[in-house]
Amino acid sequence: MAQLNCTDFLNISSLLTEEEIQVQHAARDFTEKEILPIIIKHHREATFPKEILPKMGSLGFLGATLPQEYGCAGLNNVAYGLLMQELERGDSSMRSAASVQGGLVMYPIFTYGSEEQKKKWLPKLASGKAIGCFGLTEPDFGSNPAGMLTKAKKKNPSASGHGGKWILNGAKMWITNGTIADVAVVWAKNEAGKINGFLVEKGAKGFSAPETKGKFSLRASVTSELVLEDVEVPEENRLPKAEGLKAPLNCLTQARYGIAWGALGLAMACYEAAVEYSKTRIQFDKPIGAFQLTQKKLAEMLTEITKGQLLALQLGRLKDSGKMRPEQVSMCKMNNCAIARHITHLAREILGANGILDEYPVIRHMMNIESVYTYEGTHEIHTLVLGEDITGIPAYK
Amino acid sequence: MKIAVLLKQTPDTETKIKIKSDASGVDETDIKWIINTYDEYAVEEALRLKEAVGTGEVVIVTAGIKRAVESMRQALAMGADRGILIDTEGLTLDSYTAAVILAKVLPNEKFDIVLAGKQAVDDDCVQVAHGVATLLDWPCVWPIEHIELSGDKKSVMVVRPVSGGTKEVFEVGLPTILCCDKGEHDPRYASLPGIMKAKTKPIQELKAADLLAGETPKVKWVNFSLPPDRQAGKILKGEPEQVCAELVKLLREEAKVI
Ligand SMILES: Cc1cc2nc3c(=O)[nH]c(=O)nc-3n(C[C@H](O)[C@H](O)[C@H](O)COP(=O)(O)OP(=O)(O)OC[C@H]3O[C@@H](n4cnc5c(N)ncnc54)[C@H](O)[C@@H]3O)c2cc1C
Repeated sequence: MAQLNCTDFLNISSLLTEEEIQVQHAARDFTEKEILPIIIKHHREATFPKEILPKMGSLGFLGATLPQEYGCAGLNNVAYGLLMQELERGDSSMRSAASVQGGLVMYPIFTYGSEEQKKKWLPKLASGKAIGCFGLTEPDFGSNPAGMLTKAKKKNPSASGHGGKWILNGAKMWITNGTIADVAVVWAKNEAGKINGFLVEKGAKGFSAPETKGKFSLRASVTSELVLEDVEVPEENRLPKAEGLKAPLNCLTQARYGIAWGALGLAMACYEAAVEYSKTRIQFDKPIGAFQLTQKKLAEMLTEITKGQLLALQLGRLKDSGKMRPEQVSMCKMNNCAIARHITHLAREILGANGILDEYPVIRHMMNIESVYTYEGTHEIHTLVLGEDITGIPAYK
Repeated sequence: MKIAVLLKQTPDTETKIKIKSDASGVDETDIKWIINTYDEYAVEEALRLKEAVGTGEVVIVTAGIKRAVESMRQALAMGADRGILIDTEGLTLDSYTAAVILAKVLPNEKFDIVLAGKQAVDDDCVQVAHGVATLLDWPCVWPIEHIELSGDKKSVMVVRPVSGGTKEVFEVGLPTILCCDKGEHDPRYASLPGIMKAKTKPIQELKAADLLAGETPKVKWVNFSLPPDRQAGKILKGEPEQVCAELVKLLREEAKVI
């Protein structure tokens, strides 16, 4: 029976199909050959290796759960989760690039787009020849996107369908891949206060996307502001089937699902590095792994990873059978990010001074998890989502 | 163009080999199984040949137990079209009997080119492909790092590295067996759509016992042991004349090689 090529204490492999395991092998192989050799440089220089997207695209990593007729791989969600795990083992920036492209750009075009929009964008995005971004967060509206100020106004209200135009005004912030995107999925309120999604293309007049500098996390990812000043968008570029906040939140559910797995990859990378180090680093004439305090840390890391794997796997099975609820995604995203964050700290401690050196992956993951912990709904917001699910009382306001 | 790849499943070269307590063989419990490293180059070359011609079929031919199907599927995920598993369950094959069963299967399929790795990284015998070629009376070139099909598709031009950086170039008529070294092309990754498609590609199963027709191994395994642990090296320090004298003395008295 085929085995996962990663931490697998409870023999999760025995719960997976041969193809799911093959996807994990293929993704880990990719990460080791294509991401790990270049990531330190990009992390140091705070640059995104743009060429990684066509490489991922040629292997079907982008929008991998979408159907083959649009050039996608048609994976199930468990295999997709394992793919996210392995990309994030490399670096959260690489998983983010794939998540945003697949879960936040291709998914809304596939789900809410017209047939023309799908035909125009999905194959290009799947191959990585075009890059997309997702603009929801604003400078003054992060956890509370319902308050967004970005406005979409009909230019000639009488013209409906083709020929109609919209004028977009506003600003988005913290947008992954904004500066390098060929198409931005921008969420804006119409005059009735309803949220709509628009495909804003690179080069549109009045549209700019300056990069946010000075990040100490997700350094190998481009993060940007989107500035919209009287940007004219044709009606054909509005996502016809998306109405209300539910649409972007549904996209976030897709991407959060991937994060629940991705965080495990990051945690495994730190755990595996810590195990290796604790066996080889000698102090007081013994490997440091011989000390009970180190063993407690390793045992705790392995236990949390294993619990997280079972959460993610069951979530994936629910998603594949069409029975997953967003609240369940909240629990898994929240838990797996929190344990991953804790594991990065324990691993960093075990590595001693080497724990702060980028020659080892741990400090990079430790910095990255801070973004992952916060984006796609902060830890606190997911806690409140669960609180509301338990009590029926929303505690956000 | 019909191409076969002889593919063997071998332990990952990073596996730490353990011997069974009764020294009767290798303990297989913790082994991670992979496509023999050189066979992966053969798969890549086969796919490239097929792509260059534009039509044809790449068939993975494996003698092994059911476990090997996992590696065959990996080659199918890379793009090969189908597989033939010659099930060796319950048998111990040596290079000779492996060659016998492969030589029984290959002619029925009328392959133009049969590619193999230059050796299997488990037993390193380097005999099966030559054995098949001898039994079939086909030309065989070992090892090769470059293949090109002729314009009339009736022969191939192959480049064979020889020691000292020299290259030999051969033109070989078809059908032929070619043994691939690490060449100029890295084996491609299996794409995700490729992995999804692989599960629907057919793998035909044959029984090795039926093909052996009474032939038996020429080799008997008597005993297995690990090589002795390597001793720590010695670094000689000092003036060149002293170091040389010391080295000669050690080579003569300790290593006993001169
Ligand atoms: C690297 C990076 C990439 C990103 N990429 C994208 C992207 O591609 N597209 C996109 O749209 N957005 C993106 N984001 C934005 C991200 O989703 C937001 O940062 C996140 O939603 C939190 O919003 P905020 O930063 O404004 O924090 P705030 O909402 O201001 O929250 C600040 C703190 O207050 C807490 N808080 C807020 N409200 C409550 C409450 N009711 N109860 C208790 N605590 C509360 C939060 O949990 C948090 O701890 C990205 C962020 C980062 C860091």
